[in-house]
Amino acid sequence: MTELSPAIRLRSVSRHYVMGESVIHAVNEVSLVVPTGEFLALLGSSGSGKSTLLNLIAGLDRPSSGSVIAEGQDLSKMSSLELARYRRQTVGMVFQSFNLLPRMTLEENVELPLRLAEVDRSERAARVREALERVGLERRIGHRPSELSGGEQQRTAIARALVNRPKILLADEPTGNLDSATGESILALLREIQKNPGMTIIMVTHERALAERFADRLAVMGDGKLLSNGAPR
Amino acid sequence: MKFRDLSDLAFRNLREAVLRNSLTTLGVAVGVASLVAMLSLGVGLQQLASSRLAKSGLFDSIFVTPRTSLRRPGAGPPATRTPDAKARPLDADARAEISLLPNVIEVYPQIRFFTEVRYDGKPFATMVAGLPESSKASGAFDGMQGSFFSSPNADEAILQAELAKELNPQPSALIGKDLILRYAERQSLPAQPGDSAENSGGFSVIPKDKHLRIIGVVETEPASGFGGFPSGRLLIPLPLAETLRAAQVNDLRDILRDSSSDKPTYSSLTVRVQSPSLVEATEAKLKDLGFSAFSLLDASKSLRIFFSVFDLLLGIFGSLALAVATLGIINTLVMAILERRREIGVLKALGAADRDVKELFFVEAGVMGLFGGVLGTLLGWLIGRSLTLGTNLYLHRQNLPGVDISSVPWWLVLFGIGFAVLVSLAAGLYPASRAARLDPVQALRYE
Repeated sequence: MTELSPAIRLRSVSRHYVMGESVIHAVNEVSLVVPTGEFLALLGSSGSGKSTLLNLIAGLDRPSSGSVIAEGQDLSKMSSLELARYRRQTVGMVFQSFNLLPRMTLEENVELPLRLAEVDRSERAARVREALERVGLERRIGHRPSELSGGEQQRTAIARALVNRPKILLADEPTGNLDSATGESILALLREIQKNPGMTIIMVTHERALAERFADRLAVMGDGKLLSNGAPR
Repeated sequence: MKFRDLSDLAFRNLREAVLRNSLTTLGVAVGVASLVAMLSLGVGLQQLASSRLAKSGLFDSIFVTPRTSLRRPGAGPPATRTPDAKARPLDADARAEISLLPNVIEVYPQIRFFTEVRYDGKPFATMVAGLPESSKASGAFDGMQGSFFSSPNADEAILQAELAKELNPQPSALIGKDLILRYAERQSLPAQPGDSAENSGGFSVIPKDKHLRIIGVVETEPASGFGGFPSGRLLIPLPLAETLRAAQVNDLRDILRDSSSDKPTYSSLTVRVQSPSLVEATEAKLKDLGFSAFSLLDASKSLRIFFSVFDLLLGIFGSLALAVATLGIINTLVMAILERRREIGVLKALGAADRDVKELFFVEAGVMGLFGGVLGTLLGWLIGRSLTLGTNLYLHRQNLPGVDISSVPWWLVLFGIGFAVLVSLAAGLYPASRAARLDPVQALRYE
């Protein structure tokens, strides 16, 4: 259905690193299409290249060859300024270690992308509150990350990723630092968010069982290659 | 990112490592303080020298003599020795005329005569000079013992220190004592029958005594020895000197020349103008009136050149500490990059452009510069004040008047702060671009 207007299309994407005299093929000739509105789980053991692939889709890294097309834009042809705008407006990122700024309150952490996007100050408070309500943390708005549990911190990170209303949410091992019950609740939250029309989610994980329960499709990577593309459930 | 958000984040970051950033800012402050203190000394000394020169009256004064003045030894043949139609006597009329010239603030005669004073029954030969009221402001009397004349016509005398020592080895003991001035009063004689118009008049010389109270002792007469006059050792108020009508050197010459009038003539007049820059034009006007005029060159010009070089040297020495402080800023910001690697990575992942990161570090450097500049300028002013205080303490012990050797004008305040900000921004250039170039993937992987 979405083959005509996919959220993400990867064409023979490779990312090589030169380490001394050897070349490491972190991502090797990967082609993948992610339709708009899909929740894709990217599985693989560590070192399989799944995080590198996610960074390429996030516009944090550039492919050595091939093209990454997200929401109709070819990332490999963008300037670094255009890539920054893409990261601000089109994608939201969630990390395994939350990456909240410890000296800022939840409100300030979630506000950070709004500052970068130069959203009007008058609008910001409402947008922050809305994002925190969505993850159920509106009552912890003045707390610092260190005062929260791991699950709450990850929810905050999700609120921060959503506050600029992106079309694509990228999650790199979002449950990696959480116990299984909390991990499940986070995935349930992602699933909930995915219900928003047009929201595409790509999640890197190595927890197959969870991925099977919550994702629409599983793609498996090994040694930089896409081993299985899966099929839409 | 908008500037307000940028500075918000910058302040937050600076507060985070408050000790290190405060020490860096203090480093900048010390650098700026040394620069401001040095320049404030330069400015202060220049102002001091300029005001002293202005107060001395040497550079805003013109000395006027009649054209047919006596030839001074070694002066060469004056061009005016031959009778000159324009030559005219330097008398009361001339004095009144000169005082009406534009920009002239004061015209007074040089009254000097060699005579004898009696103190404690003993005679002392000395040169008496009349002092105009304006010489009080010349600075020469700032550290005097006793006081200046109580009024322009007071029967009072100020002794030059050497004469005072001759009178009494303890000069301060002289103050309040009386002395007798013996002088020759000039009295005009009525014209004798048979005298031609040219040879009318003449005068007789009558010895007179004048009791004077010693009210002060001063090191030197202001502007003494200038204009070829012997310096006075007994100083009396000029109006008093004029009323004495003491016979002077030029009287004999005047009687042989044109003394048909009874008006007093002067061997010379001192003309003071509003500022040294007006001396040249006024001097030309005086020559047009038929007098000889003489002035010192405007020394303030060469003074300004000297102090420009002096300020430059002081500025270079003062900047050395600021150069060291610059290294401190670079070090602090490079350390901050290492510490905030992950944070920079997060910012970039959230959509910060390289420019945003660069500007953030720039603003942090600028803020340190601004605070350092303000603190340093204040500190520099304090150092200048302490130097002035110390100098005045020393001068006070030497019985000399206090002076203000440092000055922090507004332009120096602005310069100090502006320079600190500029130097800090320059110091932030390398760390800022290094932070901007940081690879977010590497930064986020870094633990």
